[in-house]
Amino acid sequence: MNMADTASFTPSRRLVLTVMGIGAAGFAVGCTVGGATAAGPVTQSALGDYVRVGSDNTITVYLRHIEFGQGVSTGLTTIVAEEIDADWSQMRFEHSPADNAKYGNPAFGGMMGTGGSTAIFSSWQQLRAAGASAREMLRQAAANKFGVDASEILLVKGKAEAAGKSATYGELAAEASKITPPDPLTLKYKEASAYEFIGKERDSAKSFGRLDTPDKVHAKAQYALDYHPEGTLVALLARSPKFGGKVASFDDSAAKAVRGVTDVVQISNGVAVVATDFWAAKKGREALKVTWDDSAAETRSSDAIFADYKKTFAKSGHEARKEGKGASALRGAGEVVTADFEFPYLVHAPMEPLNCVIEYKPGTSATIHSGSQMPTGDQAAACAVLGLKPEQVTIVTMLAGGSFGRRATPDADLVSEAAQVAKAVNGKAPIKFMWTREDDIRSGKYRPMSVHRMSARLDKGAIDYWGDTTAIQSIMEGTPFLPPGAVDTSSIEGGFDIPYAIPNIAVDLHLVKAPTSVLWWRSVGHTHTAYAKEHFLDVLAKKLGKDPVAYRRELLAKEPRLLGVLNLAAEKAGWGTPLPAGKFRGVAVHHSFSSYVAEVAEVSVNADGTFHVDRVVCAVDCGIVINPDIVRAQMEGGIGYGLSAILGEALTLKDGAPVQSNFFDYTPLRMAQMPKVEVFMVQSTEAPSGVGEPGVPPIGPAVANALLAATGKTYAKLPLGTKA
Amino acid sequence: MKLNINGKDQEYAGEEDRPLLWYLREDLQLTGTKFGCGVAACGACTVLVDGQPTRACVTPAASLAGKKITTIEGLDTPAGKAVQQAWSELDVVQCGWCQSGQMLAATALLTTTPKPSEQQITDGMTGNVCRCATYHRIRGAVARASEIMG
Repeated sequence: MNMADTASFTPSRRLVLTVMGIGAAGFAVGCTVGGATAAGPVTQSALGDYVRVGSDNTITVYLRHIEFGQGVSTGLTTIVAEEIDADWSQMRFEHSPADNAKYGNPAFGGMMGTGGSTAIFSSWQQLRAAGASAREMLRQAAANKFGVDASEILLVKGKAEAAGKSATYGELAAEASKITPPDPLTLKYKEASAYEFIGKERDSAKSFGRLDTPDKVHAKAQYALDYHPEGTLVALLARSPKFGGKVASFDDSAAKAVRGVTDVVQISNGVAVVATDFWAAKKGREALKVTWDDSAAETRSSDAIFADYKKTFAKSGHEARKEGKGASALRGAGEVVTADFEFPYLVHAPMEPLNCVIEYKPGTSATIHSGSQMPTGDQAAACAVLGLKPEQVTIVTMLAGGSFGRRATPDADLVSEAAQVAKAVNGKAPIKFMWTREDDIRSGKYRPMSVHRMSARLDKGAIDYWGDTTAIQSIMEGTPFLPPGAVDTSSIEGGFDIPYAIPNIAVDLHLVKAPTSVLWWRSVGHTHTAYAKEHFLDVLAKKLGKDPVAYRRELLAKEPRLLGVLNLAAEKAGWGTPLPAGKFRGVAVHHSFSSYVAEVAEVSVNADGTFHVDRVVCAVDCGIVINPDIVRAQMEGGIGYGLSAILGEALTLKDGAPVQSNFFDYTPLRMAQMPKVEVFMVQSTEAPSGVGEPGVPPIGPAVANALLAATGKTYAKLPLGTKA
Repeated sequence: MKLNINGKDQEYAGEEDRPLLWYLREDLQLTGTKFGCGVAACGACTVLVDGQPTRACVTPAASLAGKKITTIEGLDTPAGKAVQQAWSELDVVQCGWCQSGQMLAATALLTTTPKPSEQQITDGMTGNVCRCATYHRIRGAVARASEIMG
């Protein structure tokens, strides 16, 4: 999502602290950043706190962001551990309940949400304050217990010491719960030089590493699909094969004859088959006969859609950026260069297919186990379907087996459909509402397909004009994230804000409508804008006879953070040094989600024309690095995820229906294609920013630029496939 | 029919064509074996059958009478333990969904090839998809597990 870039979130100086006494169990402290919430009365049921110190000497951080692999369960916990002076072994995490008032994301306008690489960025100040408040309360509790002044208390690794006495935080928790929290404005934060955890490398000897590793390695981690209470029925939904199709009629006689099938019910989006177990539900769905009304359905194939997109270019679009003379500067002296870049629909395809489990008691309550990026949105959707109030609908956020944006659905389709099924069977059993991989590949919410018409005029050895016209479906239109009537320029984020010093620039946008549903996909608009921008720049640099790194340095003279990562990556990759025959380098640099990343790809081109990405050198500037190994992991993973897409992923339509159906024809990156990755981090004192998405955008153009260096060709149609 | 799962006999009386994956997950609550694709294309459901990596999502439970089935929950061979230790040391996991399958594939590889070359690691692991693309660390962790095994 792009909210991080547009919301310009600055932590307010006004911090509100809430403290909750939980008796012998310990105490908890939370704080909210001014404007996002009001503190409200503190009650026993309000787990509306961020940090809880238990009398069992554990310190639990409540995550308002879901852990789906990006490492928030460790990253956010690290911030607290640092300020509270914990021992790492006592740190724990739990997902918070669904509650905008307590756990809203300031970068999402106060709604709960994980996305836009905002977790660390939006929590930094808040969790430091929560940790520091708890620390001061523990200090005062120790002072009371030892009978000394608070200034004499030394806090170190989860213990308070003074005057030859010592107590663990667990032993102090009950006393600390009675202490009035300090005025947030008086809180003092650690100097960076005193950090024990922030910026420190993983150390298996000291057990300082990802908090989710042990459970995930030993099969104890609990995901929504693992939740299977006694008597659970499994539901699968038959959806229209074509986007926009509706149920005309259905014959469920064969489906109901399948042993184990208990119910067949029609809901808004199709016909659900409910059974005692997955296998029965699957066979039941295969036996179900549905006649679809395709009168409003998509009927085109991908080629026709691309052609329609290009037709929109006959008229001018929404002007998103104009520098100098804008589009009129295309005319003039010198050489004009144009290229149409075509980007396919992409599927998120998280390894855990979508699912949730709903336990519905008609008129009374519903409990939903789900791995959702927007739990309060899901709660509202369930309320709307079931006629319940938010306090009657409990969302239990589970670990999620990947997401890449797919679990952040403004229309809450997953929970809404599950709730409709639960309602249709009157809550007679827990319903596990599942998607198969085929459902995942074929049922939409894709990274939108798009065409970028790139144009430039080269004059006097430089780019005098840069034009970028895009046709694409909007993701944000119709969601609460875009005011009615506003133009969704997030579709071309990273394109309209091109940072290069070019005298004349025109970027415009044509938003097109289509029945196929689209959604933010890891790095959203940047997935295509960065490719078009960075590859086209190399095409132009080649025509100008300029070195890609040297030319970028010229054009980025006033962009210190972009220059910083560019120079670091170029240096570590040995840019300019000779390579063995058949090997080529390409570079790309891009700013997204408040972070800056440059990548240099080293690519082998074989005699038969096939190519392989051997090595990627990545430099990232994400401000203060909280966990270097998680930053490294996110860059490695982002590079692999982006590479997967540009090498082999495309969801194509034929006569309105998806062609691909599973991992044999929608082909993800595999071990054999994974390059060696080296990650370098810029030392910074800027506030920490995101790393989940920013590693993705540069890899595509870095590879394309290496191929351009090898063959001289422009690589404007994605995916690239296997041949240079 | 008796199935031997993690050294324990289980009575299977389900449908003949029902894949082992769903028997493990829904009936025995052995949820460490994951559903990823349902067509043997991703390896998330990998279990060992008499030591051989096997896709539980397409293997009928009823076809496994008399075989020894090992899931992530019962992984206690020297190779298996070394793999889990290496996975922990290197913090391989991200979302974690594919990792049971990855670790079982690695265990099978190291059991037959205790000192794999880089190419043998790639060949042994390339059937297992990881959308988080932890491949870089998996490579390192297989090599580290081989080292731990001595």
